[in-house]
Amino acid sequence: MDFLNAIVALTNYVVIPAMSYGSQLALGALGVTLVYGILRFSNFAHGDTMAFGAMVTILVTWLMQSVGINLGPLPTALLALPFGILGCVALVLVTDRLVYRFYREQKAKPVILVIVSMGVMFIMNGLVRFIIGPDDQRFSDGARFIISARDFKSMTGLNEGLAIKTSQGLTVVTAVVVVAVLFWFLNRTRTGKSMRAYSDNEDLALLSGINPERVVVYTWLIVAALATVAGVLYGLDKSFKPFTYFQLLLPIFASAIVGGLGSPLGAIAGGFIIAFSEVTITYAWKKVAVYLLPERFEPDGLVQLLSTDYKLAVSFVILLIVLLFRPTGIFRGKAL
Amino acid sequence: MNETVKNTLLFAVVGGLILLTGFMQSWNAALLILNMGLISAIMALGVNLQWGFAGLFNIGVMGFVALGGLAAVLVSMPPTSEAWAAGGTGIILGLLLGAATVAAAVILHKRMRPGAVRVMVLLAVVVIGFFVYRAVLDPSVAAIEKVDPATTGYLGGLGLPVVLAWPIGGLLAAGAAWLIGKTALGLRSDYLAIATLGIAEIIIAVLKNEDWLSRGVKNVVGIPRPLPYEIDLQNDPAFVERAAGLGMDPVMASTLYVKLGYAVLFLIVLVVLMWMAQKALHSPWGRMMRAIRDNEVAAEAMGKDVTRRHLQVFVLGSAICGIAGAMMTTLDGQLTPGSYQPLRFTFLVWVMVIVGGSGNNFGSVLGAMLIWFLWVQVEPMGVFLLELVTSGMSDGAFKSHLLESAAHMRLFTMGLVLILVLRFSPRGLIPEK
Repeated sequence: MDFLNAIVALTNYVVIPAMSYGSQLALGALGVTLVYGILRFSNFAHGDTMAFGAMVTILVTWLMQSVGINLGPLPTALLALPFGILGCVALVLVTDRLVYRFYREQKAKPVILVIVSMGVMFIMNGLVRFIIGPDDQRFSDGARFIISARDFKSMTGLNEGLAIKTSQGLTVVTAVVVVAVLFWFLNRTRTGKSMRAYSDNEDLALLSGINPERVVVYTWLIVAALATVAGVLYGLDKSFKPFTYFQLLLPIFASAIVGGLGSPLGAIAGGFIIAFSEVTITYAWKKVAVYLLPERFEPDGLVQLLSTDYKLAVSFVILLIVLLFRPTGIFRGKAL
Repeated sequence: MNETVKNTLLFAVVGGLILLTGFMQSWNAALLILNMGLISAIMALGVNLQWGFAGLFNIGVMGFVALGGLAAVLVSMPPTSEAWAAGGTGIILGLLLGAATVAAAVILHKRMRPGAVRVMVLLAVVVIGFFVYRAVLDPSVAAIEKVDPATTGYLGGLGLPVVLAWPIGGLLAAGAAWLIGKTALGLRSDYLAIATLGIAEIIIAVLKNEDWLSRGVKNVVGIPRPLPYEIDLQNDPAFVERAAGLGMDPVMASTLYVKLGYAVLFLIVLVVLMWMAQKALHSPWGRMMRAIRDNEVAAEAMGKDVTRRHLQVFVLGSAICGIAGAMMTTLDGQLTPGSYQPLRFTFLVWVMVIVGGSGNNFGSVLGAMLIWFLWVQVEPMGVFLLELVTSGMSDGAFKSHLLESAAHMRLFTMGLVLILVLRFSPRGLIPEK
């Protein structure tokens, strides 16, 4: 019984949160990796792109809520998501036209593009704060839990409850669907194949008649969609605050680099590696230890390796270790 | 129009803008802009050394600035003797153990042959070291934080004059930069960027959470000043008399006196650093740096040790940022770890360097003063603009939302300035020669 309780506690406090956080990171990292693979620069504006997409979704959600459209137990934001994606697509395409294309034609060094993306980051950040303000915004509705802790306890008779929030379930399901569609697109469709070819060898792709501007447009479409989905899921799960999206940049980049920049599979693996390490290292293990250890050895403290404020440090240390010992990442990145 | 005239004019324009602030708003506001502008100029010099001279992409400026701020606390605040008695030895022992663990891991990594055995031994050393470190450190931390938490609850500083903190802040930042450079330099430029961004966030996280060191988010206030307090000046009959002689009321005169005093101090530091940076730029060392920046492979072929030079310039530039950070905390009189934000302390400095002209020290100083002026003044300008735009609208939620949002115009403006400069004048206002 104690053993079961320990497993339930572990699932409740570590596995489920890490799964949903990992899915969000993976979606974000996929966007970063695609930009890196096709456009060949590290996009520092990605966090703020996510915030922008999420913001449009939130605005549309509020509109729908005010006229009484909803999805029953599911959050209304799902209905608003396509509009958010459209808004985000418009933003990144305009940005590409006005800003990035110039440097592409110049064949500017990647580091210049990174600095340019810093400027874009400022602008997007300013836009988001300008439109929706810098404060926390809540927009989730519908049922809060798939299983609540109390129901689980009465169902199983265990001491420990297991709660799965709707947003967590939704995150994982959506992430699986999105990733499946993305891989199908990249591997099976003509456009997807041309993107991979372009990422692999630009010159050869050009020789075989692939239109680079078309590839770039498709990339931005996918990146905007991924960023919006990631941003909305994160917002549903935690809450929407422009500044936290900027701070997500570090774990997202860590995920992409750990997996191997440019490798979509790596981005997903990286997202889960970062999420699980962050959660396990900052989790107070006392509860699990109490069930598993004999009474004599019960710990006095929280058995927490690091306080939760050092979450960033965890992703950073993993990043550093990977960079030092295997700079191309786990999945040998670079090409799509 | 030759270059000198153009550059002098540019500086004159920025000076004029600050004077205009003095005439239109208040001299206090103008001096505030000037003081922070001077500090920003020093930060920009540091970044210019790294990016302009050597092409190192460091976006962890905030971390080094914060370390400088920490130095101001550690040097100038009075020591908390009770806290030292309660846990001082434990803290020192714990930190030494932590350092020993890291050192042991590094040495083992170098000495042992690669393979599974090395990985296991390294893991064992790190894990055991971590738990021993925590076991020693945690009780002392708890003991220290219990000592009068409302006012102290930390170890305090050395009680030395605060000006000493400026060079020490530089040294602290240099030490951190050396550690970071040893591990992260040699990575590709965008990896270095991510690494430095991460380090800066971690430094802030440490300042926020290690209450025994910096009081965390409880902030350290009342850092001693290098200059007299306004209230003392107002109570000093000689000062009041002199102010009256100039036709000013003592309150006004005292605030201006203090701010001007800071401006003079900061200017001295800036001039000294500027002189050094100019000397460095025109020395064989500076030429070598630029050669490495422009073509690493060729420089290496000429026998230059690229990695070591990079480390050197990374440490120097970060030290300058640390000095600026200590100066800023001195000016504020308090250390507030919660107020360090990357947009303000890292990316804004980058905008300054790029707008001013990367690779040119005068450009960086000009860019810093100009961008800082904009950063401060865009907000009132935005409010004014939006009031103009909305004046025709009827009152309502939309209008008040627009007016409230004016404060966020500055981020937008900074991004716009950066992108426009990069597009139309990528070499900046005062280009590198």
